[in-house]
Amino acid sequence: MNRPMMIVAAGLVGVLFGLGLIVAGMANPAKVLAFLDVAGAWDPSLALVMGGAIGVALPAFALSRRRERGWLGARFDWPRATQIDRRLLLGGALFGVGWGMAGVCPGPALVLLGAGVPQALGFVAAMLAGMWLVGKLWPAK
Amino acid sequence: MTIDWIHFTPWAALAGGALIGLAAALLWWLTGRIAGISGLVGGLLTAPSDWAFRLAFTLGLIAAPLLWRLFAPLPEIQLSASFAWMLAAGLVVGVGVKLGSGCTSGHGVCGLARLSPRSLAATLSFMATGFITVWLLRHGLGG
Repeated sequence: MNRPMMIVAAGLVGVLFGLGLIVAGMANPAKVLAFLDVAGAWDPSLALVMGGAIGVALPAFALSRRRERGWLGARFDWPRATQIDRRLLLGGALFGVGWGMAGVCPGPALVLLGAGVPQALGFVAAMLAGMWLVGKLWPAK
Repeated sequence: MTIDWIHFTPWAALAGGALIGLAAALLWWLTGRIAGISGLVGGLLTAPSDWAFRLAFTLGLIAAPLLWRLFAPLPEIQLSASFAWMLAAGLVVGVGVKLGSGCTSGHGVCGLARLSPRSLAATLSFMATGFITVWLLRHGLGG
């Protein structure tokens, strides 16, 4: 993972991901909130963002099941956890609450930071603090 | 339920979604890693051996709007939340994604795309509380 080629790939993919978020409208918190507000004037766009993303990623993951390594020789690092436990559901639920509070999730938060939105700095700093806190107080077994 | 046809942007949403999916597919095929943003970024806090990889991805996300601006003005960003409210939201998101081992990208895109029941459970839980939270804030609590 420390080969220069891998690091360059990570940077370029990060840019592509960020551009995708901007095109999709995910970098506009008001649009995200309009999707989450089913009782108001509902904007279903974000369902199509997810559909478009999964439509491309699903065959890419499916095709990789027949191989052990990717194009540059890196082994496919399949997530090993499969359990659906309290920790997962509580974490997911809390994340949803925070997402609904501002319409910002981790990827768009970084894009907003790059766009120079001042509140994004607070969001990202607090998000890192929250992650750090869980790692200290309630580390995964 | 009333659909807001004026703000509905199906083609941009699909195209942006496809780019996100392409990014996830490329990270997987080039580096063998899942494009889970909270995991990649959060991992930086523990000074892991692959910190340069994680940092490059993070900086790429931050650089995206800067690169965009070289060619076109950024689309509208509407954010009315105060700095204090954003601190609170960020803290809840940070605790949640760390406990739940992922966010919209790791569970919602990559996890669902590899048909993981665990990611489906996580996605359903954050979608549910996302809808409920916005409902409470906008309609439930005297909104």
